[in-house]
Amino acid sequence: MSIATTYRTCPRSGLQFESQAEWLIKANAFVAVVWLLIGGLLAIGVVLTRWPAVHWLEAQTFYMALTAHGLDMLIFWIIFFEIAVLYFCASTLLRCRIATPRIAWLAFALMIIGSVVNNIAVFRGASSVMMTSYVPMMAEPNFYLGLILFAVGALIACFVFFGTLVVAKNEKTYEGSVPLVTFGAITAAIIAVFTLVSGAIILIPTWLKSLGVIDQVDPLAYRTIWWALGHSSQQINVAAHISVWYLVAAIAFGAKPMSERVSRTAFLLYILFLQLASAHHLLADPGLSTGWKVLNTSYFMYFAVLASMLHGLTIPGAMEVAQRQKGYTKGLFEWLRKAPWGNPTFSGVFIAIIGFGFLGGISGVMMGTEQLNMIIHNTIYVPGHFHATVVIGTTLTFMALTYYLIPVLFRREMIAPQLAKWQPYLFGFSMYFFTLVMMGAGTLGVSRRHWDMAFQGNALAYEWPGAAYLMMGLVGISGLAAIAGGAIYIYVTVGSLLWGRRLERGETSPKFTPVPRAAPTLVAQTYGSAGFAAPGTFVLAMVFLVAFVLYYFINWKYLSTVWGLS
Amino acid sequence: MSAILPPTERLWYKHPIDRVEGTWIAIALTWCLIMFFMMIGWHIWGKQNLSTETYRTTPEQFTTKAQAVVDKWTVRTETDQNIPVVAPPPGSDVYLVARLWSFWPILELEKDKTYRLHLTSLDYNHGFSLQPVNINIQIVPGFEHVVTVTPNQSGTYSIVCNEYCGIGHHQMVGRLYVK
Ligand code: HEM
Ligand SMILES: [Cu+2]
Ligand SMILES: [Cu+2]
Repeated sequence: MSIATTYRTCPRSGLQFESQAEWLIKANAFVAVVWLLIGGLLAIGVVLTRWPAVHWLEAQTFYMALTAHGLDMLIFWIIFFEIAVLYFCASTLLRCRIATPRIAWLAFALMIIGSVVNNIAVFRGASSVMMTSYVPMMAEPNFYLGLILFAVGALIACFVFFGTLVVAKNEKTYEGSVPLVTFGAITAAIIAVFTLVSGAIILIPTWLKSLGVIDQVDPLAYRTIWWALGHSSQQINVAAHISVWYLVAAIAFGAKPMSERVSRTAFLLYILFLQLASAHHLLADPGLSTGWKVLNTSYFMYFAVLASMLHGLTIPGAMEVAQRQKGYTKGLFEWLRKAPWGNPTFSGVFIAIIGFGFLGGISGVMMGTEQLNMIIHNTIYVPGHFHATVVIGTTLTFMALTYYLIPVLFRREMIAPQLAKWQPYLFGFSMYFFTLVMMGAGTLGVSRRHWDMAFQGNALAYEWPGAAYLMMGLVGISGLAAIAGGAIYIYVTVGSLLWGRRLERGETSPKFTPVPRAAPTLVAQTYGSAGFAAPGTFVLAMVFLVAFVLYYFINWKYLSTVWGLS
Repeated sequence: MSAILPPTERLWYKHPIDRVEGTWIAIALTWCLIMFFMMIGWHIWGKQNLSTETYRTTPEQFTTKAQAVVDKWTVRTETDQNIPVVAPPPGSDVYLVARLWSFWPILELEKDKTYRLHLTSLDYNHGFSLQPVNINIQIVPGFEHVVTVTPNQSGTYSIVCNEYCGIGHHQMVGRLYVK
């Protein structure tokens, strides 16, 4: 069976783009960036209101902006971009036509309609229920309808992705097993199906309730199932951005995974255990048994954390091995000093890896510990943690990937390369600081989603310590710096599409060239054959471990001093 | 560029593992198990564990019980809304009602004494955030959560609602005394 389409071979990267897939990837990535822009504008309002000295928006506007910021960023920006990544990993990496392009466009349309319908409902003002929309607090029916349409669209896109894999297999566009990056994308898509189905299971009855068709959705059941959507979807992000890390390591260094077995098993652990993560958000809830909480919050004995710790080692490790083969072998860290720090694709990814591990990872495990959760639940520590995972980890990684895609996929020369070079540092480091001070404020108890920490006019007002006000002021300042970093990203990417010099297409042919297998290399032919291949990375990993252990036990120490609870 | 190419040998699960990775796997796995057993160990030896004692309830049932305790043990009222300050005897059941947008009543407890604190919400989700200790518990409507508390320091505490509960969320703050 042959279908009339063409394959373009990019002269800059050697990647082959099938024409339908190329347009689908571009369209999904572009719409993603539009949502990032909207979410970023909303962040200005949110952050300037939480800065106590500025306290900019009215309460009602603040809660509306915060609802929209959460949805537009966490759901619409990230998932649109992820669909682009999925299509890239299936169609481009396997040099395969996209299965059912029409249906893929239908999915795209549904996602756009859904996200717009949802946002209109939010901006009409009667749906400021936050993205979590815990029942019995109700939004307008279109709030839920929009999300359902979006989820259905994304679900269809996942199936187009799976279909493309099947086509690639049948048409033998590659031999042997799929590449590691595609394997990671498959993990992401499998988790996505689980997640989106959970979303539908809980949002459909809630939508019916908002229409008055049914009159009761159990608040605890809602929380449990909603978080099977809410937390598990973060695991889509993790699987997706880790795949991109492997991708960038391969592109920037020609790095080969240290061991396919370790990396792939780590991805499999995600599939096996990440679904349990709903528990993270219910640790402070009534009505759930201790055993359930302990088993689930640890993803069954922390096997998913184990997986992340493995990726955290193998990715920099692969870079180190590749650099050492190029001759950067002096000392422990010459490979790192001589890395391409001026290339935003690399620097973005590296800043993302370190920030995700040290800030997002450690704080996440701390707050996901059953008892420790009580000292941070619903404080601003929580957004501090997830800005480290989903902004420093996922968003910065996607930004870094965009810089690579501008010439390769969009065929434009990047405008303002100097700005682009600095952007990951500005965005990344201000976000490091932002998440740290947010976690600091949360440690002092400051609430999340809260318009007025001064409780003005309230006879029982609580007076936060001065340090809490200081931290929230720093949240404001560093948040603005991060927003500036985000603005530069949007300027460079959108500007390049509009005004960048067009680059040549490269050759187009009606047939794909099959993907060759990787050439065998030196690393790890047998156990230990490569010696201790990545000592620098191993030292970094030990530093990480020490930080992790110290921080973990400091929190237990604090917990042991508070009121007795049983 | 082989993370984006099919692996050299098809059966990736038979690939050998590098020594750096092997060592790290062992270390990471050990740490994961320590963390797992830490949670369980704290249930046995630790003093801060969130109770799981929970009952289904309705606003009427709960307010009736709360009202009875307030009627019996109110010692004074505070603020111009005359919020009762309730000082039930140590060991007894005390009730805290969360509703849009206040906590009711004000509790007065004794240091180092244990109480059974019943929490529920009459409407939306609310948050029980005890400051400045920073103990945070979710309050879910329809569920009566019984937490056994032992204050270990005297002073004036605030209960801040830290679950978003609508436009008055930032006005929702209560008080608790420990003598
Ligand atoms: C660019 C700079 C950004 C700044 C300065 C910023 C700032 C903030 C602030 C101050 C909050 C509110 C905390 C609260 O009161 O509870 C918040 C919430 C949130 N942000 Fe961001 N943010 C940024 C980017 C992002 C990105 C890129 C994402 C997602 C990928 C994101 C996702 C969220 C989510 C999900 C919430 C929680 C909303 C809720 O509580 O329902 N943010 N952000
Ligand atoms: Cu409340
Ligand atoms: Cu509230």
